[in-house]
Amino acid sequence: MPKNASNDRKLVVLEAAQFQALLRALQDGGYSTVAPTLKEGAIVYDEVATVDELPVGKTDEHAGGSYRLKTRKDKAVFGYVVGPHSWKKFLHPPTLRLWQVRRNGNGLEFVHTQEQPPKYAFIGVRPCELSAMQIQDKVFMAGEFADPIYQGRRENAFIVAVNCSQAGGTCFCVSMKTGPKAQSGFDLCLTEVVEKKSHFFVVEIGSDRGAALLQDVPHSEATPEHLQKASAAVEQAASQMGKTLDVSDVKDLLYRNAESPHWEDVARRCLGCANCTMVCPTCFCTTVEEVTDLTGGNAERWRKWDSCFTSDFSYVHGGSIRTSSSARYRHWLTHKLAAWDDQFGSSGCVGCGRCITWCPVGIDITAEVQTIRSSETSKPK
Amino acid sequence: MNQMNSNPMLPRSFAINRVLKETYDTFTLDLAPAQRHTGFSFAAGQFNMLYVFGVGEIPISISGDPNDPGRLVHTTRAVGTVTKVMDKLKLGDQLGVRGPYGTSWPVAEAAGHDVVIVTGGIGLAPLRPAMYELLSHREKFGSVVLLYGARTPEDILYKREVKKWRSEFDLNVHVTVDRAAGGWRGNVGVVTAMVPKAPFDPYHTIALVCGPEIMIRFTVMELRKRGVPDDKIYVSMERNMKCGIGLCGHCQVGANFVCKDGPVFRYDRIKNLLEIREV
Ligand SMILES: Cc1cc2nc3c(=O)[nH]c(=O)nc-3n(C[C@H](O)[C@H](O)[C@H](O)COP(=O)(O)OP(=O)(O)OC[C@H]3O[C@@H](n4cnc5c(N)ncnc54)[C@H](O)[C@@H]3O)c2cc1C
Ligand code: SF4
Ligand code: SF4
Ligand code: FES
Repeated sequence: MPKNASNDRKLVVLEAAQFQALLRALQDGGYSTVAPTLKEGAIVYDEVATVDELPVGKTDEHAGGSYRLKTRKDKAVFGYVVGPHSWKKFLHPPTLRLWQVRRNGNGLEFVHTQEQPPKYAFIGVRPCELSAMQIQDKVFMAGEFADPIYQGRRENAFIVAVNCSQAGGTCFCVSMKTGPKAQSGFDLCLTEVVEKKSHFFVVEIGSDRGAALLQDVPHSEATPEHLQKASAAVEQAASQMGKTLDVSDVKDLLYRNAESPHWEDVARRCLGCANCTMVCPTCFCTTVEEVTDLTGGNAERWRKWDSCFTSDFSYVHGGSIRTSSSARYRHWLTHKLAAWDDQFGSSGCVGCGRCITWCPVGIDITAEVQTIRSSETSKPK
Repeated sequence: MNQMNSNPMLPRSFAINRVLKETYDTFTLDLAPAQRHTGFSFAAGQFNMLYVFGVGEIPISISGDPNDPGRLVHTTRAVGTVTKVMDKLKLGDQLGVRGPYGTSWPVAEAAGHDVVIVTGGIGLAPLRPAMYELLSHREKFGSVVLLYGARTPEDILYKREVKKWRSEFDLNVHVTVDRAAGGWRGNVGVVTAMVPKAPFDPYHTIALVCGPEIMIRFTVMELRKRGVPDDKIYVSMERNMKCGIGLCGHCQVGANFVCKDGPVFRYDRIKNLLEIREV
């Protein structure tokens, strides 16, 4: 987890040909390098050894309920936005053994699953995803009880962010003020510039650790021309936002509209598949499961990602609290954009657009809020 | 042995020192730490996560005396998977315990006030520690009223204790049942019906309410009718809980995590939420 970020950060230039040297320096430093890779028609994060494993020359097209990979005309290393996975699968594992227990006569012996936290270097973290990590930090580390698994992994993580130079069809980070340029929370932040005759990254150094790493990676001073090209790239992304979300007064808007008939309208479309919560980089809910062995003498407790869209999520003896899908969708959306702010002091949505792209029926968080907003102005108060 | 601190999900083993059958489906367990006898401090209204080997972990209120930390007491109604296996446990068996968690009844704030407790069924369990506190500092409070409803006379919890409380000169205890066969000479009807005539001064009262949500709703209605202000009414809420410590997300009601912002809430702080369907 990057520390010591100062205000006047240093900027240098890394030639694309030296990208492998950056990976190697991280690997030499004991990090598992995790980056975007191509798997089964999608860009997903996975461990990589070399730059060839990244989706060089690929791009992605996003729309409500649709995702498509395309080949680019250039050799951009980061010429796409975000896929169905987020970094949370590394920091907050989808399944995890919490502890084991042995029965010993009448007695129970609980054994904590010790973890030597893995040392990940995350390469290609988008600005919205950096914000998502900072949001999950508050959930898992700021309260009275911290999640030791998350904390260990997060504190170890080295972060190489990448500013976006193009936006996806479902992106709305500009509305959520999380992108397309990373502000804080990285060790290094790259802006990629691809031209006919040159291909380089402007690298912003965000921490002492980042500066130290660069000593082992050939780089040069950034000229005003480099910097101008990099900021033009980011401005281009900002001007291409696929979606916008009007967040003015959104908390009170949603609290006021808890009984809006519009929730029923969403419920008629929603399949309750929980995709939106699985792909969301801030959703954090989990459930627990018991595993027992055949002898009956040992048991384990496992934690798994859960979703507020499942019917037994709110089960108490006698039945579930949120039986209708309208109540479940309302709970999810109101949590993201309203209750989250009361709980953690920020929005729970970073505008990454995943829930729109990966919703099989294309339900769009920005459109649903807009509909509620306009239904309010069209009816007398 | 400092593992507990590093993993807040890891239970400690507690041994069952006493099993008491309260009613046909409700039982009380006295527990003590299996390793070192450290005592268990808690505040009235708090709960623990109790783990039954190989079956699961559930939130159960602490129902013993806060001034007697040597005995950890839980009263549980056997309703489903975990509680039915817990009901079969015997003296000497062990459970996993994590806690205490959550907010507590405002016993200290109630000093100088009348206190009215309205509860139904198993809801008396989380309120018994509050009763013990009130009784051990009886002089600090005005009238103390307990209104308790059970389904039938057989379902009345802590029968001997309730009888004893009813015979005290400085306690007002009223018990009602939903239905009764012959032989029951007490009240029949819902517990909320006892609120209008209960002997407390509505303008100087703290009300503690625990029971099913529908019962809470009607009780609050009756209390407000008598003039008890919303910020003097406290209710305990129940939600699905998987962690008890604010990490799993299951217990949320609006912006509240019932496990850490509750289970005891001041009514004015959640009344808007209680009015929303399926919140
Ligand atoms: C803060 C708090 C205090 C409680 N105190 C007591 C008490 O003192 N005595 C008592 O008898 N009961 C109490 N309950 C209710 C008790 O937790 C449930 O009856 C119990 O979880 C049912 O588990 P089960 O596996 O036997 O039932 P099942 O119906 O098989 O439930 C399956 C699972 O659903 C969840 N669940 C079901 N019902 C509830 C519920 N009401 N609340 C939370 N999670 C639930 C649990 O994870 C449970 O394992 C309390 C609940 C809460 C939230
Ligand atoms: S709610 Fe949707 S757009 Fe917002 S952070 Fe989650 S997945 Fe991204
Ligand atoms: S909103 Fe879409 S992705 Fe989310 S549960 Fe409903 S159908 Fe699935
Ligand atoms: S019970 Fe897990 S967050 Fe409250």
